[in-house]
Amino acid sequence: MARAQGTPELPDAAADLTEAPEAVAELPPGVVAQSLGDYARAWWLRIKAGESGVLPVIVALVIIAVVFQSISGGLYLTPGNIVNLFQQSAVFMILAMAEGFALILGEIDLSIGYVGAVGAAITVQLVQPGGTYKWPWWAAIAGGLLFCTIFGAIQGTLITRLRLPSFIVTLAGFLIANGLMLIVLLLAFSGFPSLSGTDTDRVTIYNLMWGSIDPTVSIIAAAVIVVLLGGWLWVSDARRRSSGLVAPPASLSAIKIALIAVAAAVVVAICNQNRAVIGINEGVPWVIPIVLGVFAAWTVLLTRTRYGRYVYAIGGNPEAARRAGVNLARVRTIAFALCAFTAGIGMLLFASYLGGMSNNVNGGSQVLYAVAAAVIGGTSLFGGRGKPLHGVLGGLVIGAIYNGMYLQSLDVKYQFIVTGLVLLAAVTIDSVSRRGSTSGSVARI
Amino acid sequence: MTAALAEPHANGEALLQIRELDKHFGPVQALYHVDLDVPSGQVTALCGDNGAGKTVLTKTISGIYQPDHGQILWQGQPVHIRSARDSSRLGIETVYQDLALADNLDIVQNMFLGRERLRGGLLDEDSMERTAKETLASLRVTTVRSIRQPVASLSGGQRQSVAVAKSVMWGSKLVIMAEPTAALGVAQPRQVLDLIRRLRDRGLGVMVISHNLNDIFEVADRIAIMYLGRLVVQDDAANFDRQSVVEYMTTGGLGRSGGTRTRDA
Repeated sequence: MARAQGTPELPDAAADLTEAPEAVAELPPGVVAQSLGDYARAWWLRIKAGESGVLPVIVALVIIAVVFQSISGGLYLTPGNIVNLFQQSAVFMILAMAEGFALILGEIDLSIGYVGAVGAAITVQLVQPGGTYKWPWWAAIAGGLLFCTIFGAIQGTLITRLRLPSFIVTLAGFLIANGLMLIVLLLAFSGFPSLSGTDTDRVTIYNLMWGSIDPTVSIIAAAVIVVLLGGWLWVSDARRRSSGLVAPPASLSAIKIALIAVAAAVVVAICNQNRAVIGINEGVPWVIPIVLGVFAAWTVLLTRTRYGRYVYAIGGNPEAARRAGVNLARVRTIAFALCAFTAGIGMLLFASYLGGMSNNVNGGSQVLYAVAAAVIGGTSLFGGRGKPLHGVLGGLVIGAIYNGMYLQSLDVKYQFIVTGLVLLAAVTIDSVSRRGSTSGSVARI
Repeated sequence: MTAALAEPHANGEALLQIRELDKHFGPVQALYHVDLDVPSGQVTALCGDNGAGKTVLTKTISGIYQPDHGQILWQGQPVHIRSARDSSRLGIETVYQDLALADNLDIVQNMFLGRERLRGGLLDEDSMERTAKETLASLRVTTVRSIRQPVASLSGGQRQSVAVAKSVMWGSKLVIMAEPTAALGVAQPRQVLDLIRRLRDRGLGVMVISHNLNDIFEVADRIAIMYLGRLVVQDDAANFDRQSVVEYMTTGGLGRSGGTRTRDA
């Protein structure tokens, strides 16, 4: 038994080197900055590192605006067209925010276009006059959204309890919902139930997209929102600064508030122009506060509640979430239900935009635009990263392209190609920046 | 089996006492009559070759596996640990080798994951950030520049520190660390070993599962060695030298090779 007598081979060398100072880990810019100058430098570093946040989207929007403005001979940036662009983008924005729930978890939901369309078809059918089941507009909307939520919850249950891949389950859901939509459309008012009518219920649903708020009320409401939001931002940042917590400098808080105020003023000013060819059509369209409401609600849910925190934790590291006692199946199932519910709102707006439902509604291209918008806005396809804001900005990009192409009377085929190229660029940025950060962290360990 | 098992332990009543623990998976006997004491205010190193049963024992203590026979005494009272929740309720926190941190969340969010503080139904970020900051400062984890940086941007040693600080913050009395320095580069084990000493100085019980003899002899007050599912020896670290530890790990005993364990009765 001589082998135990010799000195065992031990990693002695490591012990002596431990005196070396801890290598300073690469800092994420921004979190340690104290002044506005530091912030600007940190921001620039982050852009160079590929962690550019929403900047590329803003740049893309400016480029799109300049290009279409020049080739359309000045028609693109008219008040009438900009409001139209907002209305078209609203559907993409809400569908992209819906898809965000699945994407942050690292899953995907392919069914939302048709599931939302079934919900919208149910709502439109329920407000048809003369049918045996004429419901008031609010009940009809609730019914449509309830269907979507249940459909999403069933898909979520299959995905989490039976551990089926979300891609396949929602692909099946896509087909099933497509069939259901055709069935619903063949009920009471076959084929093309319309929203054109003078009864309150149909008018209300039609006005979700086409109605406008009185210009004076628009100004007052926007001012109140800016004051409340700005005040809250200022007070909470100031409180964090004074108690020594991580907070942006006062100048940056002021810039943020100023930007919100300017954005609100510009939007209201544009919408308050008379955009009708004949007669008067002015004021902020209802669809803008609807989108902002969904955006605000989901931003609060994802960033300020336990549920939202768990969604991100599962997207980042499901095992960590499981060990922390998070009920993964429940969080995931609810996320799929919320995804379908939000899609129901988006497709309801689409029905309102079309002035009714028809069997030509293509839920397939809607879902592709939704995924594209979320990813273009900055949501990662790999899970763990994404915000409702990404859906809003990405939806605006898709809407801007869609609107510009339409204005040029360019064929739909070019629109597909351009949107596809933009999506490809966005996914490339997402993938490359992720690879960069992963290799970086491996190198630092 | 060696005589060491029969000897009384120096520390009176240990924080965690394991008695005659058995665990088998089908025909495989993973743990066989394991006795182990883990006292407060000391670092106990649990060593053994691959397959010796260290991981099964750890997972039994942290509630992931249920023992077939035997008893676990926590502060002198017999307990049944049926889940990870049970073990953390008792004050046992296990820091696994993979650390279980979510890369996309920041340090505060990771430290409070699963136990977030609420105010008016919403997350109370200010209060959580303050507590996390105090905990890190009390453990002198100072290399972290901002506790709002995502964990993805931390070094391996810093991640380990965050994982440990999390368990300290939750008032655990026993911290079990699996291979704490295995994934670290050359410079970082120092940081982690210092942290382990600080935990001990606070009066916590620490159990370190490790292969690394350098680490073991640097921080351990007690050493327990497993071999093929049995706990073959546990004693003060001063009574071992490198050669005897290696011998216990590879052969399960002394003497067969005329070993040089320096212990006298």
